[in-house]
Amino acid sequence: MKTDWKPLMQRVSSEMIKSIVVSLWFVFLTFPLMVMKIRPLDQTIEWRWMNLVYVGVGAFFLSFVWRYLMARKERGSEKDEGDSWQKRIGMKIRSDKRISVSGLIGVGIFVLIFPFLFSSYQTSIMITALMYVMLGLGLNIVVGLAGLLDLGYVAFYAVGAYFYALMNHHFGIGFWAALPFAGGLAAVFGILLGFPVLRLKGDYLAIVTLGFGEIIRLILENWNELSYGPSGIAGISRPGFFGFEFTLQQHTVYLFYIMVALVALTTIVVSRLRNSRIGRAWIALREDEVACQAMGIDKTRTKLTAFALGATWAGFVGCIFAAKTTFINPASFTFMESAMILSIVVLGGMGSIVGVMVGALVLILLPEYLRAFSEYRMLAFGASMVIIMVFRPQGIISGIRQRYEFRKQPQQEVSP
Amino acid sequence: MTAPQPVLDVRGLIMDFGGLRALDNINIQVNSGEIVALIGPNGAGKTTFFNCITGLYEPTMGDMIIHTPGKAPVRLNRLKPNVVTENGLARTFQNIRLFQKMTVLENVMVARHCRTKSGIAGAIFRGRKTRREEQEMVEHSYRLLEKVGLDSYVNELAQELPYGAQRRLEIARALATEPILLLLDEPAAGMNPKETHELDQLITRIKEEEGVSILLIEHDMKLVMSISDRIYVLDYGQMIAQGTPREVSENRNVIKAYLGEAFDA
Repeated sequence: MKTDWKPLMQRVSSEMIKSIVVSLWFVFLTFPLMVMKIRPLDQTIEWRWMNLVYVGVGAFFLSFVWRYLMARKERGSEKDEGDSWQKRIGMKIRSDKRISVSGLIGVGIFVLIFPFLFSSYQTSIMITALMYVMLGLGLNIVVGLAGLLDLGYVAFYAVGAYFYALMNHHFGIGFWAALPFAGGLAAVFGILLGFPVLRLKGDYLAIVTLGFGEIIRLILENWNELSYGPSGIAGISRPGFFGFEFTLQQHTVYLFYIMVALVALTTIVVSRLRNSRIGRAWIALREDEVACQAMGIDKTRTKLTAFALGATWAGFVGCIFAAKTTFINPASFTFMESAMILSIVVLGGMGSIVGVMVGALVLILLPEYLRAFSEYRMLAFGASMVIIMVFRPQGIISGIRQRYEFRKQPQQEVSP
Repeated sequence: MTAPQPVLDVRGLIMDFGGLRALDNINIQVNSGEIVALIGPNGAGKTTFFNCITGLYEPTMGDMIIHTPGKAPVRLNRLKPNVVTENGLARTFQNIRLFQKMTVLENVMVARHCRTKSGIAGAIFRGRKTRREEQEMVEHSYRLLEKVGLDSYVNELAQELPYGAQRRLEIARALATEPILLLLDEPAAGMNPKETHELDQLITRIKEEEGVSILLIEHDMKLVMSISDRIYVLDYGQMIAQGTPREVSENRNVIKAYLGEAFDA
């Protein structure tokens, strides 16, 4: 009987020691932040020893949870369980029309009554989230499908925003007239960026696109005659609706519906592109550039269409952003924005449309609803990002390829 | 013997990498309906030759001309790889280069790219023309997969296929570009004798049914000797022998290149 207990006791004690080490390490790390509080006025230091205990005990128990999850993940990846679990659900939804259709109707109804259920503040946050959904879907073409790491995506967003702002400021052109041209101009800029980077891949491409994003921002900041510099452009018109006069609240609701329609449009277009001749060429380019060319695909044209079509959506969203805030300046188009949009794509799941949507909603809404934690907000946000990436490196929802079914005769092809 | 109709005509091909001459004055002709093998020890320049004619490398000197029946001959020098493919040359790779994260069917469909033309607008609005083209693409690709015996794998990801099946998928993908000359770079590498035998039959069948000529690089001598009409032998970038399998196997230079000088003694 004694011999049975020995290995278990050993294991327990080794786990305990691990956790104690972890908790001591965390106590040490957080000591200056959590325990010491300096009062500069009377030049004293307050010692909050209770916090030390909280951190120690908390880290002690959380380290058990962490190790348990890591062990489970390792077992899961051995059996490739996580993927097949997701695959099965994905297949179920795809194969069963009733689930997908009723799900879609449910989401649709919720979205349509959203502005009446929640306050105008909530609606406004949701508009922002939807804008990022669209940006994410656009960048997903470039990064997720064509595999071109673009760190300067915000440049196209800025192009769209400044195009509408300047047109409105100088010529009084309305939102709806400017919207298609904002997208078009962004596409032109996409091609302009595309040409010099045709030969670049991976890290090198990332550096050049990063530079491109910064160049656009610096131009906007310094070319006072064109962009009014850091002081920006104010008094941009909100979107019109056949000359109706809206209150501010009505404007928010109206913009919300515009965003919903545009996101729906983007989703349809991107999902169709993804399973088209061009979309397959993008993915082939991502998978193997040499083989892709050897199979008769023009690399230059494929890369340029990816950059142009990705940039178009950023142009649209830029135009909406200018109309929403009615004021823009270069501070809105920093590298942080590019990084945020890229995080949405990577966290959500590269190449997956639903994944990008979930990613955008999580990354934009989480910091808003974490406001309750006040100063720990960004800490919690960062921690949740790290946790998602540790446990789901392929993103929250990974892309599923289209399936084809063949009966005995190959002529009878059914694609879901 | 009637006058053979050349498909590929390479004359005086020279490829220099800096000071190294990888290919020296190579002349190779492939005639219509032929299976031609290109053999030689490792590092002889076989794959370099493939890379030259498919546009991955730009040769230092020489002419490479493809003759498509019913069309004017096309000089392949300085053409981009995709244009070479459009002109009827398709290849497989020595180290498999499939699109790993795409399904088997999609891999073949990608290769239909240069024979189809629906654009961005077609993809977005999905008009009747695009749908028909898409349908044609799916059916054509499926037929090719049937031909190489992969029709049960259509929806699997390419990376999940067993090794031998990946090799066959590469052949199906190359065929989807509707080539007149198929270039196979070591198609039997890593296959067991049974798989090699099946490949032997597959290559002969493809030649008959698809009406393509075949130029292959291979180390498996049994395969080379049994299916080739003619053989070229390369060593250190030089063409050391050419002829029928029988002639080549009795050639002193070839034996020397493969087995070394000591054989003579």
